[in-house]
Amino acid sequence: MKRAYLIPFAVFVAIAVLLSKGLHLHPAEVKSPLIGKPVPNFSLQDLNQPGRTMTQDDLKGHVSLLNVWASWCTTCLAEHPYIKDFSNYPDVQFYSLNYKDTEDNAIQWLKKSGNPYMSIGFDVEGLVGMDFGVYGTPEAFLIDKKGIIRYKYVGMIDEQIWGDEFLPRIKLLVTS
Amino acid sequence: MKILFFLFLLFFQLTGYGIQDNYPFTNEGKKQDFVKLTHELRCLVCQNQTIADSNAPLANDLRGQIYQQLELGQSIEEIRDFMVVRYGDFILYKPPLTVQTFMLWLGPFVLLGLASVWVIIFIRRQRR
Repeated sequence: MKRAYLIPFAVFVAIAVLLSKGLHLHPAEVKSPLIGKPVPNFSLQDLNQPGRTMTQDDLKGHVSLLNVWASWCTTCLAEHPYIKDFSNYPDVQFYSLNYKDTEDNAIQWLKKSGNPYMSIGFDVEGLVGMDFGVYGTPEAFLIDKKGIIRYKYVGMIDEQIWGDEFLPRIKLLVTS
Repeated sequence: MKILFFLFLLFFQLTGYGIQDNYPFTNEGKKQDFVKLTHELRCLVCQNQTIADSNAPLANDLRGQIYQQLELGQSIEEIRDFMVVRYGDFILYKPPLTVQTFMLWLGPFVLLGLASVWVIIFIRRQRR
């Protein structure tokens, strides 16, 4: 065993590789079990259009992006200019879930920041959010024409995330 | 001396023993189920706490949900499934044995096995 000294070295390299891999994991991103499943059934009062009810059927027949936000969520405010910009993209309809907010605050927020959404479900108790497995705002769901959840992103969508994560998927979903 | 006394006191800063909700359970069994469930589910916002320990709004909501479902007569298993369907296996502190988690469950035994083999070889060699 002349090369016995190589064993600790090999162990060291193995551990170093393992740990350096660990550094690049994102444990805060929890893979949603809802990917590939139909949008949960829900029925919510529309925040901005009195008398209108938003349901899962609104998210069928076209590719849609459902963004979960709240007026108390500072990241949502930072994200909003991007969302407004991306909502001009022709093949996706933008919907949203207003999560655990108050009506007044949410409406004020929209007035100030603009409303890019076709419809906004007012989820005051956060129970629909629970059915969607929401655990932090903002969260965005990409939903195909049949109403199947195809992708979920937790955190702020900026130019890079939109270009890297959303656009390629949207292009696939639009043509399928 | 005074400083020493205060330093001494610092060691007795007991950490919180979970959140007191005082849900009015209809019977003791449901209360125990509540304690059991909230201690085995992970708070996804503050990932190293159970939902019993966390005061994050989501943990609060989930405790409320568990309370309501228990009162409606749902079993522990049904409520656990409710959580897993929405938040995935990650919400369980004891994840089930699947392709993704087998390393987690079997890894320590594999390491123990390898270490024992190494020890045996080492001892045998020493004897010679």
